[in-house]
Amino acid sequence: MSISQSTAIAAEQVAEAQPQRPGYFGPYGGQFVPEVLMPALRELEVAYAEARDDPEFQAALARQLRDYVGRQTPLYHAPRLSEAVGCRVYLKREDLAHTGAHKINNALGQALLAKKMGKQRIIAETGAGQHGVATATVCAKLGLACVVYMGVEDVRRQSVNVFRMQLLGAEVRPVESGTKTLKDAINEAIRDWVTNVRSTFYIIGSAIGPHPYPTMVRDFQSVIGRESREQVLEQAERLPDAVVACVGGGSNSIGMFAGFVDDPGVRLIGVEPGGVGMGPNENAATLVSGKIGVLHGTRTLILQDDDGQILGTHSVSAGLDYPGVGPEHSYLQSIGRASYVAISDQDALDGFRLLCRTEGIIPALEPAHAIAYLRDLGRELGPDGTVVVCLSGRGDKDIDSFREATGGLA
Amino acid sequence: MSAQNRIDRAFAGLKQEGRIGLFPYLTAGYPDRAACVRLLRVMADAGADAFELGIPFSDPLADGVTMQITSAKSLAQGTTLADAFDIVAEFRQTHDTPIVMMSYVNPLMAYGFERLCADAARIGVDGFIVPDMPLEEAAELADAARQHGLHYVYFLAPTSDAGRIEAVGGQSSGFIYCVALVGTTGARSELSAELPDFLARARAATATPLVVGFGISTPAHVARLVGMADGAIVSSAIANLIEATPPEQVEAAVDEFVRQLRAATAGTTAATR
Repeated sequence: MSISQSTAIAAEQVAEAQPQRPGYFGPYGGQFVPEVLMPALRELEVAYAEARDDPEFQAALARQLRDYVGRQTPLYHAPRLSEAVGCRVYLKREDLAHTGAHKINNALGQALLAKKMGKQRIIAETGAGQHGVATATVCAKLGLACVVYMGVEDVRRQSVNVFRMQLLGAEVRPVESGTKTLKDAINEAIRDWVTNVRSTFYIIGSAIGPHPYPTMVRDFQSVIGRESREQVLEQAERLPDAVVACVGGGSNSIGMFAGFVDDPGVRLIGVEPGGVGMGPNENAATLVSGKIGVLHGTRTLILQDDDGQILGTHSVSAGLDYPGVGPEHSYLQSIGRASYVAISDQDALDGFRLLCRTEGIIPALEPAHAIAYLRDLGRELGPDGTVVVCLSGRGDKDIDSFREATGGLA
Repeated sequence: MSAQNRIDRAFAGLKQEGRIGLFPYLTAGYPDRAACVRLLRVMADAGADAFELGIPFSDPLADGVTMQITSAKSLAQGTTLADAFDIVAEFRQTHDTPIVMMSYVNPLMAYGFERLCADAARIGVDGFIVPDMPLEEAAELADAARQHGLHYVYFLAPTSDAGRIEAVGGQSSGFIYCVALVGTTGARSELSAELPDFLARARAATATPLVVGFGISTPAHVARLVGMADGAIVSSAIANLIEATPPEQVEAAVDEFVRQLRAATAGTTAATR
């Protein structure tokens, strides 16, 4: 493919605008946490930097990703979906990874790091339950104690995943405070961490939180983008016109984008939950309608009111129901390298059904948002257009939510 | 400029009196706005040396259950940062007791740091305490505060190592908020066993006054701090008292409790033994 002059300039801007301060992506990022946690973050920074440069650690991680997680996951050219949406679609099958979602990549990486650091107790938070299940899984495998915080609203929506976590030996602690969803589960997890910081490793599930988490989570998820790039070059013999992924906190998308961010001709498109409308408390489309602020240890775009109070969110997908977003996404949007759109609950449900009917794949409600956006992209790109979509997880957990949302109409 | 700050004057006075300062905490707009102003006056008259006034935030991640409840109740009544300024202004009509505003970063950032400090100085606030903005992130607000004669109060915790203690000691003004325990806010029955050692390490590194908070719940706790620190912040214990007392008796109960706490600041009450 040819690289035009304008995209070459864009690449240069990206290079120039790389984070100047550790933990910052332009003006986004940082470490906005209580003093009591700062030494733990320093310890984590050092340990992670060592692990990143340690061939032994990386080899062990790669081996576990292959033999335990089941990587590499396939890149599947979806012919009937392609026909339905009007462009050539490849699905990155993270739904086929062990435990059924991309979350396992990061949970495994962080758990191996925790073990290396000698931490015996793991805490995590979860929205849809996929990160909770992934964390409970790797803790069982590595023999680590595991406590998972989950909003009671999500406990209700995702009861099967709650049971899976318990089956795997984790303790699930329902969170009653605030909006009773992911945001409040994170608050409770941070309170636990503040109290037990000396013995406990907090496995954050998305590319959010204080430095070094956004970088570390991106690195552990970048396997998605690296594999996708190799696979699409092999199968399509070209880079795609666009890569598309859903964005809640933004971990599957930042992992996918990481593989293509240095390819200026590839558009990076994040799909956010547009919920039932674009008014306050009606959606969780942070990049589309948020303002800069600080939440959960990082400066990023946030859904908030004029007084700086965090707004409630709504999404049919528990996994996207979060009022903040990873700071690197805020940065990529600010420099124009990635763009973000919002897809309504209704359209996401249509996307869910579309993938079931065209390809025999039941997606999670999260990537159903990305699937739904393909119709727009197909109109724009036409039949020669090539798109890679991150199918971040499978939909078993969402069958009841789908049935409830559609009144039982398959 | 800082010589005129009420906080500095308060610590100078405490030194002369040979006791530590009593800093009650109240969430702005709790239990309601009018009662909040009345309680500040009651506590000032009962001997409070300074106040920590909390701006309620939707996601108070350093706070235990008590402060989560007071924050949520105040927010449910619509309390904003501007309302907190109004509360200070009303209190200032009758009292000169120092007030440090506590808030999480986001409401302050939404208001704008420069406007915040200008308004705070004009209205009679003396400084800021921000539990989720450590040394590494605080420069912008700390600079703005300094330019308006206000203090930016840094935290130290039992987990802070020598390097951090030295860095915070070097940057601090007004006082240093020493977190008494590894955990969130909330009343506790016992003080942390590692507190004396932690305070000794902090004391060796800085001459800035050390004020202890988190879990300081009884006159005996306050008395224990005499000789180790320069002040005590009492928060959840007061809020628990307000929650547990019939509204018409709250002022009398708080008056009595603050008098007991204040009596312990010289370390000579019966409660110390």
